[in-house]
Amino acid sequence: MTTIATQIRTTAATGAPARLNCLLAEYENPAQLLAAAEQIRDRGYRYWDCHTPFPVHGLDRAMGIQRTLLPVMVFAAGAAGCTAGLVLQLFTNSFEFTVWAMVWVTGYPFLISGKPALSIPAFIPVIFELTVLFSALSTVGLMLLLNHLPRLHHPLLACNRFRRASDDRFFISIEARDPRFYRSKTEADLRATGAAAVEAVTEGDD
Amino acid sequence: MHGFTEIDNTADTPGTRAPLVLGATRFHEVTATVCRPNESTRPPMAWTVMFVISLLLVMNLGFCVNYLIFTGVGVWGLNNPVMWAFDITNFVFWVGIGHAGTLISAILFLFRQKWRTGINRFAEAMTIFAVICAGLFPGIHVGRVWMAYWLFPIPNQMEMWPQFRSPLLWDVFAVSTYFTVSLMFWYVGLIPDLATMRDRAKGKVQQIAYGLFALGWRGSNRHWHRYERAYLLLAALSTPLVLSVHSVVSFDFATSQLPGWHTTIFPPYFVAGAIFSGFAMVVTLAVPARELFGLKNLITLRHLDNMNKVILVTGCMVGYAYGMEFFIAWYSGALYEKFAFMNRAFGQYAWAYWIMVSCNVITPQLFWSKTVRTSIPLMFILSLFVNVGMWFERFVIIVSSLANDFLPTSWDKFVPTWVDIGTMLGAFGLFGVLFLLFCRFLPMIAIAEVKAVMPQADPHWEGWQHGNGAGAHVAAAHEPGESGSRSA
Repeated sequence: MTTIATQIRTTAATGAPARLNCLLAEYENPAQLLAAAEQIRDRGYRYWDCHTPFPVHGLDRAMGIQRTLLPVMVFAAGAAGCTAGLVLQLFTNSFEFTVWAMVWVTGYPFLISGKPALSIPAFIPVIFELTVLFSALSTVGLMLLLNHLPRLHHPLLACNRFRRASDDRFFISIEARDPRFYRSKTEADLRATGAAAVEAVTEGDD
Repeated sequence: MHGFTEIDNTADTPGTRAPLVLGATRFHEVTATVCRPNESTRPPMAWTVMFVISLLLVMNLGFCVNYLIFTGVGVWGLNNPVMWAFDITNFVFWVGIGHAGTLISAILFLFRQKWRTGINRFAEAMTIFAVICAGLFPGIHVGRVWMAYWLFPIPNQMEMWPQFRSPLLWDVFAVSTYFTVSLMFWYVGLIPDLATMRDRAKGKVQQIAYGLFALGWRGSNRHWHRYERAYLLLAALSTPLVLSVHSVVSFDFATSQLPGWHTTIFPPYFVAGAIFSGFAMVVTLAVPARELFGLKNLITLRHLDNMNKVILVTGCMVGYAYGMEFFIAWYSGALYEKFAFMNRAFGQYAWAYWIMVSCNVITPQLFWSKTVRTSIPLMFILSLFVNVGMWFERFVIIVSSLANDFLPTSWDKFVPTWVDIGTMLGAFGLFGVLFLLFCRFLPMIAIAEVKAVMPQADPHWEGWQHGNGAGAHVAAAHEPGESGSRSA
């Protein structure tokens, strides 16, 4: 299987003006897309995707997408924020240690209205805020990182037909690097799912 | 209203639910309706007029703030004992306004309230702009603004650290976290819609500008999967955050010893008041915006009706808190506490107190009537009353408690100067400029989210099942079931 894909790629790279990136199939509504996604999944493709203007319910299952580990990572970041908040306040307000944090810094045990040096209850609000801050920053950062975004360009974005993916059309793309990708065979697979149109998307030669 | 008859979608018939999107039966119609104000070559006249007024107010704000910084906080009407007045009143007012945006975007999301999709985008924008206005006031109130970095734990030449046991410092962390998280939440929601704007852009400049901020979004379902998880997490994080922010703001007062401030009811009372004022501001902004930009099919009477119900409920909570404060003052038997509240209702600031009670407790009761809740002019006027009332609530709490404290010899009266008033109006101008720019350049309604709550978004929708491909002329009065929910 790998050999076929390699052949396609090399011939395309040497002869044709533009290299094939993927085959793009267009559907008119979420129902058609969902049915098509199930068929494509069952054909055993790996590097393929659905493109929709809004999240379609049930598509994750139809595509066989594994649940993301994002929440677990965010929990770790939240725990780090919680610890950071506690350590920050204990260091600056409760003890007189000297440590190196870019510069040498020393804690300053304030005595404020007779409160104990280790006044944990008074430290809770800031601990809480930092927990939320770290979690939220990591949620957004990791979501983009795992999605390989931001991206300044992508071959699909140069395709005029694809502009409707953010409006009212539904697409399936199967990438040429997929081990099971064979242009005529894949095109036939896509047409068999009832696609309204199938188009080859090339990697821009400009 | 100008030839457009409001469609009443506020009533549910048993078994089906009234539609949230009127008129549009195709996804493209939603895109086109929302993008039209951004893509029109020139904004409506009313927009231009409002923008010029707001811009003048911002110039006035710049002047007042500079005058204050170059001269000192003495240019305000502050005195001893009234060391907090308009500045902190405005701060609390604007932070409070922001809370409705987060409530709509986060709490209603967790409760699966689908009607939130029509209003969440601009309610969140309102949050961000309100927090910007709020942040201005403590910033300039510190007097020597060039020392403002003392608020943050930055190593400095004095080898001193901020004092973390102070609620004022909690405020710094709470408000800055709130701003950061709200901004990210708003931006994450915007990404798919910015991609829509990018894909529709006719000009090169628009294409590049929207394209940059859309981050290369391609509507990939593998992306949507993580996106929805992230959105859910942000909602779950914002919910306790928004409750904490106004609680921390109330600690600024509640942890002090001053009668009238030293009350345990403050955190829930402040949060309820914040949501109350924020929803009123959403109605104040939504009514003209839907009129001006033709969004009546997306921000329907049902959305407004629901918001008015929230205003009614939170107004009653605030009224309860006002009553309970008086009860506790009497029940505690504390002389100073009793005086503080009698003074509030009948002392030198009694006029402000009664404005507050009229606008916050009495007039919102009209929302019990469905006629009032669904009348556009009436709800607009009532929401303005609430805005005024909630500004006065903060003024009353802050100034009346400070002006007449323990010792009659130290009593004084606060009179605002022109700088106080100019700065207050200037903040409204700043808010106006930011909001109007948002209306002009960004989609005011969450396009992707609105599409997702349409019955047609469900792959199992009856119209799709009968081979009715591109048709879908079936009326949208159909319960979308779980199809529109964003849970992954």
